[in-house]
Amino acid sequence: MRDKKVRVLLAKPGLDGHDRGLKVLARGLRDAGMEVIYLGLRLTPEQIAQAALEEDVDVVGLSCLSGAHMVLFPKTVGLIKEKGGGDILFIGGGIIPGKDIPGLEAAGIAMVFGPGTPIGEITGFMKERVRRRGVDNQD
Amino acid sequence: MTPEIARLVGGMLAGDKPSLARLISLAEDDSPHFPEILEMLRPRLGKSYCVGITGPPGAGKSTLIDRLVAVIRSRGLSVGIILVDPSSPVSGGAVLGDRVRMQRHYLDEGVFIRSMATRGSQGGLSGGVQAAVSLLAASGRDIIIIETVGVGQTELGISGIADVVVLLLVPESGDDIQAMKAGIVEIADIIVVNKADREGAERLAEQLKAAVAPGRTKAVPQVITAQAINDIGIEALYRAIEKRRKGR
Ligand SMILES: Nc1nc2c(ncn2[C@@H]2O[C@H](COP(=O)(O)OP(=O)(O)OP(=O)(O)O)[C@@H](O)[C@H]2O)c(=O)[nH]1
Ligand SMILES: [Mg+2]
Repeated sequence: MRDKKVRVLLAKPGLDGHDRGLKVLARGLRDAGMEVIYLGLRLTPEQIAQAALEEDVDVVGLSCLSGAHMVLFPKTVGLIKEKGGGDILFIGGGIIPGKDIPGLEAAGIAMVFGPGTPIGEITGFMKERVRRRGVDNQD
Repeated sequence: MTPEIARLVGGMLAGDKPSLARLISLAEDDSPHFPEILEMLRPRLGKSYCVGITGPPGAGKSTLIDRLVAVIRSRGLSVGIILVDPSSPVSGGAVLGDRVRMQRHYLDEGVFIRSMATRGSQGGLSGGVQAAVSLLAASGRDIIIIETVGVGQTELGISGIADVVVLLLVPESGDDIQAMKAGIVEIADIIVVNKADREGAERLAEQLKAAVAPGRTKAVPQVITAQAINDIGIEALYRAIEKRRKGR
């Protein structure tokens, strides 16, 4: 068997027009050996969900700077789970006030990474959680 | 055959996209189950038509595919798309970004898009591509499109997989035409001179028509000028592909 690679989808739901931070993250994840499907910006939750399922990713990373994360993140996660992506790991980023984090966690976002989080911290978290998922799947 | 794989194959044949997606991952990871899966699907292969799209980095391959898919869908045919980008030789990771140009097709049930990294294999393709083509064919896609990584002369893997090879060039490619003759131009069935909104496209098209004929073993390729970004030349390309699909 070839190496199983961690596959990550990165997307920005909603209308904000800045994806520089997400592109930096994409390259960081690539340099950590992951395969990043870079989806870009101005996407609907439905579009992101469809792409995540077709690409069979392990992780979906959502970023939002517009303030609409409390609507767009749960909607995207919900659609993906509903369509059979229940074992995908979700992470969030962007400008997310601390008070919103419990609500996002309740909606299925495993971790929210604020601006300026070292990439090593994000890759470390993802590798740990995806590895655990792999082990869990074997029994 | 494990029950899990039987379930995935059943799901795929019933039109379930996540099942198809997971089977493509097994193919990519070169799962030991894969030969058995292929054996099971063999009777369902052979109906799809596979179009390889190749050409230098930035020539407009993804943009052209986006436009071509719109034409194919308007004819009521279903499509599977495989987009190949290079893996980093250092980390083994990859950023797969071709999909960005095809956003308007995401919610179309008749379109399935999958991105793949080369994972160290040669020839501008990934080791899992052939298997993914078989899966898309078995799932009933009428047309399968493959975008290869930007090619050099030695990367000719696409000709072994695709029924028709479309080579995209741009007006600036003319400088390299002598060098190209020896390589990828020789395997092309159709050559598209894209970005014809720029200077030199007609000249390159004429040059190509003159240059590719002598000493060729394959039929002389058709040369088409196009502006993918302005949706020009796409119908002509579709007709050229369709003619070959019908005539096979
Ligand atoms: N001027 C002009 N630009 C075009 C045309 N078609 C595509 N482009 C632009 O060319 C750039 C590259 O297009 P892509 O479709 O990403 O090219 P590609 O061959 O898929 O690129 P890689 O996958 O990176 O090798 C984009 O900025 C497109 O908008 C065209 O007909 N004319
Ligand atoms: Mg491309």
